[in-house]
Amino acid sequence: MTEGWLGWIELCVATLLVLSGLFTLAAGVGVLRFQTFFQRMHPPALAFSLSAWCVALASVLFFSARREELALHAWLIIIFLAITVPVTTILLARTELFRRRTHGASSAEIPPPLSHVLRTSSEAVQAPKVEQPGASQRT
Amino acid sequence: MSPLLFGAIVFTLGCYVLAMALALLRLVLGPSAQDRVLAMDLLCTIGMLVLMVLAIRYRSAAYFEAALLISLFGFVSSMAMAKFLLRGEVIE
Repeated sequence: MTEGWLGWIELCVATLLVLSGLFTLAAGVGVLRFQTFFQRMHPPALAFSLSAWCVALASVLFFSARREELALHAWLIIIFLAITVPVTTILLARTELFRRRTHGASSAEIPPPLSHVLRTSSEAVQAPKVEQPGASQRT
Repeated sequence: MSPLLFGAIVFTLGCYVLAMALALLRLVLGPSAQDRVLAMDLLCTIGMLVLMVLAIRYRSAAYFEAALLISLFGFVSSMAMAKFLLRGEVIE
């Protein structure tokens, strides 16, 4: 009976590992093939969240079944990754925005500032006809 | 270790190596500096995942400290490089 139980655990671990490998491969392909930097920022999140979670779940399952007690080493890594990855991502996005603004990109390539978007949308809600000259002034 | 788990581990490590090669290609090609920082960050994270899979392969929990260290240094280095690209200096 114990053998069958361990077999199921190993099947779960193997499935999680294969899933994480496929997600990481998708992240690598996305990083290589997407066109702009803002698009390329998205695929690594797949490796940072989904495949890291799969590997952590697999190792927690494996070591818990092996030692017959709860082995939660991998959660440390996952929690640390969940805290640090958004910081890096936001800093890199700010960097791309800053360098596009200062290095003379054309205005079509620069996303509008968030405060401007919020103001024009609220103006559009209050008085829809005011929005048109504001938009023509911006371009 | 059953052949199923061994095969899954080999397949996963192969996928990681392919993804690392693709990220390395982006690191070499990358048109801008922040592309290279992003690819470096992805490389660090995949290295950490490789260590966690090796921990399962060799049934040793000693790999987790190394994985934690790699993830820590990857975060610090990519944040420092992003700050440098943003302002021109790391600590203001």
